[in-house]
Amino acid sequence: MEASTHAAHLHDVHEAHHEHELSFWQKYIFSTDHKVIGIQYGITALLFLLFGFSLMMMMRWQLAYPGHAIPVVGGLLQKALGTEMMTDQILENGVKVPGVMTADLYNAFGAMHGTIMVFLAIVPLAFAAFGNLVVPLQIGAVDMAFPRVNMVSYQSYFIGGTIMLASFFIPGGAAKSGWTSYSPLATVADLGHTFNGQTFWIIGMVFLITSSLLGAVNFIATIIQLRAPGMTWMRLPFFVWAQFVTAFLLLLAFPPLEAAAVMQLMDNLAGTSFFLPSGLIVSGAPANISGGGSPLLWQHLFWFLGHPEVYVLILPGMGMVAEIIANNTRKPIWGYKSLVYSVLAIGFLSFIVWAHHMYLTGMGTKISTFFQTTTMIISIPSVIILTCLFISLWGGSIRFNTPMLFSLAFLPMFGIGGLTGLPLGFNFSDLHLHDTYYVIAHFHYVVAPGTIFALFAGIYYWYPKITGRFMSEYWGKVHFWLSLLFMNLVFQPMFAQGMAGLNRRMADGGATYAGSDTVVGIDPSILHTNVHISWAAWLLGISQIPFILNFFISMAKGRKIPSDNPWGATTLEWQTPTPPPHGNFTKPIEVHRGPYEYSVPGHAADFTPQNEPERLKHA
Amino acid sequence: MEIPYTVQPRADTGLFNAKVGIWLFLASEVMLFGALFSSYILLRVGASSWPHGLLNVPIGTFNTAVLITSSITMVLAWANMKMGNPPLSRIFLGITVLCGFAFLGVKTKEYYDKFVHYEVRLVDGTVADGHIKKSPDFSVRGFKPEKGSIVLEPANVLHANPGESMADAMARLPAKERYAHHHGEEMHLEASQIRWISNYTPKHSTYFAIYFTLTGLHALHVFGGMIVLSYLFFQNRAAFARTQTERYTNRLEVGGLFWHFVDLVWIFLFPVLYLL
Repeated sequence: MEASTHAAHLHDVHEAHHEHELSFWQKYIFSTDHKVIGIQYGITALLFLLFGFSLMMMMRWQLAYPGHAIPVVGGLLQKALGTEMMTDQILENGVKVPGVMTADLYNAFGAMHGTIMVFLAIVPLAFAAFGNLVVPLQIGAVDMAFPRVNMVSYQSYFIGGTIMLASFFIPGGAAKSGWTSYSPLATVADLGHTFNGQTFWIIGMVFLITSSLLGAVNFIATIIQLRAPGMTWMRLPFFVWAQFVTAFLLLLAFPPLEAAAVMQLMDNLAGTSFFLPSGLIVSGAPANISGGGSPLLWQHLFWFLGHPEVYVLILPGMGMVAEIIANNTRKPIWGYKSLVYSVLAIGFLSFIVWAHHMYLTGMGTKISTFFQTTTMIISIPSVIILTCLFISLWGGSIRFNTPMLFSLAFLPMFGIGGLTGLPLGFNFSDLHLHDTYYVIAHFHYVVAPGTIFALFAGIYYWYPKITGRFMSEYWGKVHFWLSLLFMNLVFQPMFAQGMAGLNRRMADGGATYAGSDTVVGIDPSILHTNVHISWAAWLLGISQIPFILNFFISMAKGRKIPSDNPWGATTLEWQTPTPPPHGNFTKPIEVHRGPYEYSVPGHAADFTPQNEPERLKHA
Repeated sequence: MEIPYTVQPRADTGLFNAKVGIWLFLASEVMLFGALFSSYILLRVGASSWPHGLLNVPIGTFNTAVLITSSITMVLAWANMKMGNPPLSRIFLGITVLCGFAFLGVKTKEYYDKFVHYEVRLVDGTVADGHIKKSPDFSVRGFKPEKGSIVLEPANVLHANPGESMADAMARLPAKERYAHHHGEEMHLEASQIRWISNYTPKHSTYFAIYFTLTGLHALHVFGGMIVLSYLFFQNRAAFARTQTERYTNRLEVGGLFWHFVDLVWIFLFPVLYLL
């Protein structure tokens, strides 16, 4: 019965589709089609990813060569941002060279690098772009449950991103109190300007939070309501499970940050003291405020979002890697149920670990002990997931194509990121490592060679579904090996720097604290590592050129896919035309089996699509 | 293309799409207001004293009654639509929206009262609050008067330690000493006599900060709900509501769920801010 109504709907779809052609604006800009919205999200997020990376490459110049003018772009940047933000370098012969980053600008770039990478690049790419493109197809739905809400979600994201970008060019510059925007610093950092970068940041965040909220509601409703007949919960591809949990994290963790953002906005504009303590001294004078607020409150509210956000960043990546590993080992993923229960456990536990970011705030040892315990517990399901994925490789005849290489690299890279988190999770060792480069190395291993590699894998893997062409394998492998090399050269030395005591967020890369024969300080060799890291970072930037060219050139010139299912995959997104039409499926979809039926004994093909009827099994 | 389960419930979940959507949205709203209520608790626990009696309880009670009434009429609007009586449904929906207007009107009056009400701490330790009748040349920077003078019509006057706030002094003094003499007599105060002055706006104290933030955010939600319900009110007579009655009824149900949630938030806000 259900299947027949489904079929009737699909029939209508086809009829309606031919009746009127959509205008350019309806089709590409104000589209309600989940695939177009997914592509919009994907392109915008990739641009932000590049932009956020560029900010970091300029910061790396400042860290390696403090006080020197940035080559090539320095002069241009000074023209764009003004002399308030960029000063001149005076050479020995008296010549002025424009383009030296001020500490204020370094702080602004640092804060915006974090904000852009987390909220404008990775989350929109991993959750919104891939979620929109793949989830409705994988569950056999015609579209998302609320297509117009979906459109508004993207528009809200776009507006939020525009506000963030605009904040670079306002008087005083962008927000400069870190992506965490700790109060009272965030409130007093730029008192000279009423509508300062921090205000822009907050308003931008409100739009981004709205976007995430609408997206999360939409994804959960879609997965609950629009699964095709026969697509039971335990037949969902793991990627869908990962997105499902991610959506719940976004739905429930973001609102407290929104509340906090509203309160910080009140602090900045209405003169309240939510996060400003009594007796606050600003620039040597008592602040003109009522006081009575709590800086710790901001940190609690921020990290209540901030920690689940970490899993928002990683879970979609894990889901993609699981799909790609199953496909390229040609065997079922090992421990599907363990993966599902682990991802649910992570989702729940991620709400009660947040204060492990706050061991040094003086919130009390009892609270620290509680959060240390929950933090150790949450590492268990993460390790289960990683172990399942590793064991999945066992005995497979692995196809080493580009998506698989990125997925394989994801495993040890995420492993390094995860395991180096343990010393940060124990509060005794965190005392030493807190706020050092060790922390930067740790979370970048999770997000950069971790999540971003998973995202690259996803792009190479699903690209043929959208364009009908493969990306170049050769240049894909060049991109992979160079990225792998330079990622590690960037982040591995930071562990050493951090353990040697080099603090993060220093505009001169720690030069002020350099030790010498007579002064106890940071070892010069540790400081000199900054130069090596910076060169590795710039080379990492250059290594992305093959990817960018490959991405665009393959659209027109790439090898055409031989069939709609070029990877020989089992999941439903490959059982549609390429690219899938409006309404996705040309025939009614009914699901008969689990998501990873590869190399089933007795079958002619080494994969059995989920929608293949049961009787064929014995044919 | 038609998305399934937009009107009819899906068999295994028993829900239509929008109902799943609104419950999820309300879950996130619970987290939003939950975070603010948690902040309220944390700020209050950390405060040296917490003001009492600055809000008008009878007015707050009235507003509570207004909102509860609107919830009842909201249910009646939905029930009448379900039972096939669109005109009566429309009347009840209209009453619901009017209740929203009444609530916001009263709230505006309450806000106004706070904005014109001043707390003044004098150099000699006297603390007073009330309306400013005249203020020739008076100028203030932050909380500090710079020049001029004011004529205050005090509501409360009490003798505290220099620098102490009214809330602190009230919490410390025995009940019978809290409301001291002068009551009703005008006070002529020079800028130099005043140590600290502020009207009851968000900057006054964390109490008013959280009061305005919570009730302001709630008022925005009431306003949002009114827009949705007004839209449905006008849609009631459109052809759409007649031909696709079930779809329209579902909209009424989803809008109603949001409206009930907004009421529920107020049921928590009222005791927390007015009574406790």
